[in-house]
Amino acid sequence: MVAAVEGRDDMLEVRNVVKRQGLRETVSDVSLSLRAGERLALLGHNGAGKTTLIRMILGLTRIDGGSISVFGNRPGDGKARRITSYLPESVVFHKSLSGLEQLALFARLAGQPVKACAPLLERVGLSDAANRRVGAYSKGMRQRLGLAQVLLGRPRLALLDEPTSGLDPISRHDFYGIVDDMAAQGTAVLVSSHALTELEARTDRIAILRAGKLVAMDSLENLRRRAGLPIRIHVRAADGHADEVAGTLGGNRMNGCRVELSCTADQKMARLKAITALGDAVADVDVVPPSLEDLYRHYAAGEAGS
Amino acid sequence: MIRRISAIAGAELRIALRNRWILIATSLMVLFSLALTFSGSAPTGALGVDLLTVSVASMTTLSVYLVPLLALLMSFDAIAGEVERGALALVLTYPVSRGELLVGKLVSHLVVLSLAVFLGFGIAGLAAWLAGGASGESLAALLRLCWSAVVLGASFLAIGYALSSVARSSSAAAGLAIGVWILFVVLYDLGLLGALVFDGGGFFTRKLFPLLLAANPADAFRIFNLSGAGKVALASGLAGATTGLPSWAVLVSMFGWPLAILALARLALKRVEP
Repeated sequence: MVAAVEGRDDMLEVRNVVKRQGLRETVSDVSLSLRAGERLALLGHNGAGKTTLIRMILGLTRIDGGSISVFGNRPGDGKARRITSYLPESVVFHKSLSGLEQLALFARLAGQPVKACAPLLERVGLSDAANRRVGAYSKGMRQRLGLAQVLLGRPRLALLDEPTSGLDPISRHDFYGIVDDMAAQGTAVLVSSHALTELEARTDRIAILRAGKLVAMDSLENLRRRAGLPIRIHVRAADGHADEVAGTLGGNRMNGCRVELSCTADQKMARLKAITALGDAVADVDVVPPSLEDLYRHYAAGEAGS
Repeated sequence: MIRRISAIAGAELRIALRNRWILIATSLMVLFSLALTFSGSAPTGALGVDLLTVSVASMTTLSVYLVPLLALLMSFDAIAGEVERGALALVLTYPVSRGELLVGKLVSHLVVLSLAVFLGFGIAGLAAWLAGGASGESLAALLRLCWSAVVLGASFLAIGYALSSVARSSSAAAGLAIGVWILFVVLYDLGLLGALVFDGGGFFTRKLFPLLLAANPADAFRIFNLSGAGKVALASGLAGATTGLPSWAVLVSMFGWPLAILALARLALKRVEP
């Protein structure tokens, strides 16, 4: 019963998908699913297979093994195309058309009313440039125009390929705001990125591709727990106590008065007790949890033998 | 379907207008037609035909070179260019079929070509009429020239789309297009001419040559216009070359080519991975 309901909720179902280029597998045995209203960040280095996977979901690239279902439809067929929208990584619109004309073309192709275009341009902050030619747009503006066409007709599945690369921090923030709105309206959103920042971390689940293989797919908390990355503790010794502190605690002596320790999450309190037991010999303590970058590197680069 | 085709055709027309393709193609046709009409006006007295008749004969020869060139220039980039820009991938995620895309582009390019041809030949024809007179027959020949030039253009537009789908890049498609133009418009005739000289009036000259001539869409267009209307044929002297050619052969070639190559282009486009 539960499985059946889940099956119906799945907007996207990718099962054991394989793509070969010559003898090399650029995507190997990838499975993932996406429910309505869910946000999934698909992370990986350049060449990890993110774009290939997205293109297979769109039906632009043939699948060499496995299967993909877009709400029960084959990728690229009429129904799948009607409910899916896509933002390519580097979108080059025709430079002679204005932003509004370009969006109107997409609206007509999608069978949407052309009058829906102006409000969408306003939503992505392009109202003032609506009648200017795309040739005069900056990269950020072109990206916004690309996002506007994603919003056409309230898609049920949105695939955004590195949408924020080349955007300034404020635009990136606005961008993820729109992604959140789409998800709130029930759209399943897949966002690919080559970095894990606070913005990507706000998604519901994170999938990480390494050399075509899915090496992780979970919520941020679970990824953190499973990685078991060490917590670093920076201890600053009081004047003249550096040798005493380093000798008692172990760890690396960084310079005249600093000592760096690392420990696992469950050792943390014990280490802190040992530090406070040194009393006045310790001048200051910093506890540094593993950063998002550390976490991403752990999975995406295959550090620590995982 | 109609809505999507007209959406694509509309956008393409707008682009053609903005990047001055319409202006360039039309002024090219007007200029050349006017120049030919007045520089080629000498034989009117000798042949006893009006200036417009001679002008139609000259403009036919012009069209054989210029219309395929214009058509290929408009179409070679149609698919390869969009693949390079990444635009085709995005468009094909919309519920529009590759066939609709192709037809939409064809419609817009045919409109541009028709504008250029009808305006160019129309203005030159009007000038010839005013300067040296015209008759019902020569006006009919002008009209026939105009629409058949658009049909000729359709063949080469379709060739351009097929090349553009097969080529890996826009610049490779451009190279192929130039090659096709030289092959069909220049080398083909030279080859036939060489064979004629070699054959010296034998089987090839009597049976094979007229069919081979009609098999090339550019030559079919030439025959259709130059040997069709009696007086134009007189002004051009082509009539002798095509005796023994069934009249349907020319029409089949003229209309068969664009349809067949368009079907080929559709197949080639199907294999494109954007």
